[in-house]
Amino acid sequence: MSTPAVRAAGRPRVVLVDDHGIFRSGVRSELGPRVEVVGEAEDVAPAVELIGQLLPDVVLLDVHLPGGGGHAVITEVKKDHPDIKFLALSASDAPEDVIAVIRAGARGYVTKTISTADLADAITRVADGDAVFSHRLAGFVLDAFAAAPAADDIKPSFDPELDQLTTREREVLRLIAQGYTYKEIARELFISGKTVESHVSSVLRKLQLSSRHQLTRWAAERRLT
Amino acid sequence: MQEPSEQPWPPFRFQDRPEQPAGAHRHGPHSWQGPGYRDDAHEWASHWGHRARRWWGRGDGQPLRRSAEDRLAGGVAAGLAAWRGFSPNTVRIVLAVLAFISSGWAVPFYFLGWLLIPVRGEEGTIASKARHDSRGVALALALGSLLGTFLFLASAFNDGAIGVYGWPQVFSLAFLTLIWRNAPDDERASLRRLVQPLESLGGSGTAARRGTRLRLTGAAVLLATGLGWLLSLHGGTHILAPLSGFLLVAAGIVLLFGPWWLRIARDLVIERQARARAEERADIAARVHDSVLQTLALIQRRAEDPQAVIQLARAQERELRSWLFEGRAPGDAGVSSVAEGVRQIQRDVEALHGVPVEIVTVGDCSLDEHLNALLGAAREATVNAAKWSGAAVISVFAEVEPDKVNIAVRDRGKGFDPDTVPGDRKGVAESIRGRMSRHGGEATVQSAPGEGTKVTLTMPRQPGQGQPGQGQPASGRPRPAEPGTGDSGTGDSGTAAKPRPAEGKRR
Repeated sequence: MSTPAVRAAGRPRVVLVDDHGIFRSGVRSELGPRVEVVGEAEDVAPAVELIGQLLPDVVLLDVHLPGGGGHAVITEVKKDHPDIKFLALSASDAPEDVIAVIRAGARGYVTKTISTADLADAITRVADGDAVFSHRLAGFVLDAFAAAPAADDIKPSFDPELDQLTTREREVLRLIAQGYTYKEIARELFISGKTVESHVSSVLRKLQLSSRHQLTRWAAERRLT
Repeated sequence: MQEPSEQPWPPFRFQDRPEQPAGAHRHGPHSWQGPGYRDDAHEWASHWGHRARRWWGRGDGQPLRRSAEDRLAGGVAAGLAAWRGFSPNTVRIVLAVLAFISSGWAVPFYFLGWLLIPVRGEEGTIASKARHDSRGVALALALGSLLGTFLFLASAFNDGAIGVYGWPQVFSLAFLTLIWRNAPDDERASLRRLVQPLESLGGSGTAARRGTRLRLTGAAVLLATGLGWLLSLHGGTHILAPLSGFLLVAAGIVLLFGPWWLRIARDLVIERQARARAEERADIAARVHDSVLQTLALIQRRAEDPQAVIQLARAQERELRSWLFEGRAPGDAGVSSVAEGVRQIQRDVEALHGVPVEIVTVGDCSLDEHLNALLGAAREATVNAAKWSGAAVISVFAEVEPDKVNIAVRDRGKGFDPDTVPGDRKGVAESIRGRMSRHGGEATVQSAPGEGTKVTLTMPRQPGQGQPGQGQPASGRPRPAEPGTGDSGTGDSGTAAKPRPAEGKRR
């Protein structure tokens, strides 16, 4: 509906949603020069309200929140403001939670151990519409798509392509999982950086749109452990 | 006879103790009217424990202590049982029988034990507190003598049945008074539980009181009818009549005491659960302390050495993660699958060489000798990178595919020219390549000076290998065989699926 305000001077406007005050203030002070932190929230409901008021470019969102988890924020905000972008981050990455946040619509996922420069970089990339995959997320996604589609996928997707990663996408994900940067991947696979981006975005789209039963079941199985 | 570690006390003091009829019985003449002395009764109790053990000859090393976990009243029976190695219920039954045989004398001795034996894990006895409670002593004496007077009067009218069982209870009453006034709250709670039916009579809440009254009236009617029936049948020839008399009496007793028994049983269960929860909390606290807090303390001390801090934080993070999400106790190093093997490599290399290792695993399967060789080669490659590359971080990526397992070890360090490898490193590369090819796998090494190094290892999977799960913390049970799902990747994997060791512990 509403488009986020045009980015002033290239600094993305960011709202921090995290239940740890210390972490928020740490991020705010570290990100200072490269990112404009316009607001902070520590729970689902206040976060949704604040984001609705401020309309930031990017919401930096903790996967684990007391009032329902990060994905609840995304689902709520996306109803009215589908253009706001989310970058998920967490300290402990239980795969099913991460995948849930991504499926809800986050444009990327990084761990809290990320360096400040990388975090600022990731925020900028998400603000520019790119997807940000940490090596861990790449591993989770490969894992989730690893199993061949099952016969008991009762609800096959409208577009069966959504259920499967292409060979190229797999290659890209593997390299991300090995810690390659997009630039290195481009060189390794003899493709352009933009192509790498588009592969990653396409993986993200499949992850979000696929109604594949397998993904749900994968998550459910992980939860059982 | 006296412990060297304990304060020796003069013998006259020992003999002067009034609250030690048990000792008095065993030791012969002791005077009971000693002057007020203020000595630690628990010392006496442990001394008494030592003597008792010497007489019985088979101590279990633990002094006699009352049990806090398993107590109906004071935990004396359970304490005795633990001390002597019997079952608590056996001891309770023996005590009950003793109470009957001894015409009630076992009861005051029970309370005496309650007074004199400390609870396990604590030092002080109730008696040591009670001795300072002069009002309590006075009250105990008063109540005891009151009951004594009553019994004396009663025995004048009665032929003695009450008196025989009643006299010992003069002491019981006195001891109980002291216990009640001086016991810690939890023990008082168990006393209160014992007298609950009486309490509920005077309890608040009209509904509850009316219920109790109704119950008591019903029980009284049933008891009276039953007893009357039984008494009226002197040598009755009927078999049915006494039987129904008994039934009525039994029903009366159940009606009277049933709710009380139920409540005691329920309270015991609740108390035990609460204790279990408290122990669990303590266990978690201990673990967190052993690992997290210790590490945090170390980090604070070594704050000026960033490398060490990072290493500590990473090691701690991994340990905590494996405890929380995989139910693995710290230090447990059983390896039975590829993903576990890779994590093991990560742990060892980080610990030994201080270089962070980032791992990502996709899928998992159980190990065989070929995959062990693969892990060995991967370890070699990782150690190599840690030693030579100078890279800040090494990444290891393992992917289990239906027909093969790939492991890629990569660093962004110095790199080298594969054509001009120094001799010592050539040998290592050979050990990686040689090991892989001996088991039917492949190894490629890509490197260039300044470009970092990447070692790619590929090992074909043998048919029939199990696939325990899709990811690192796979579910601990074997997957249900779902015909036609192709869920596990290989067509035949369902047959030989080897479940991974149970990771049953919840987070």
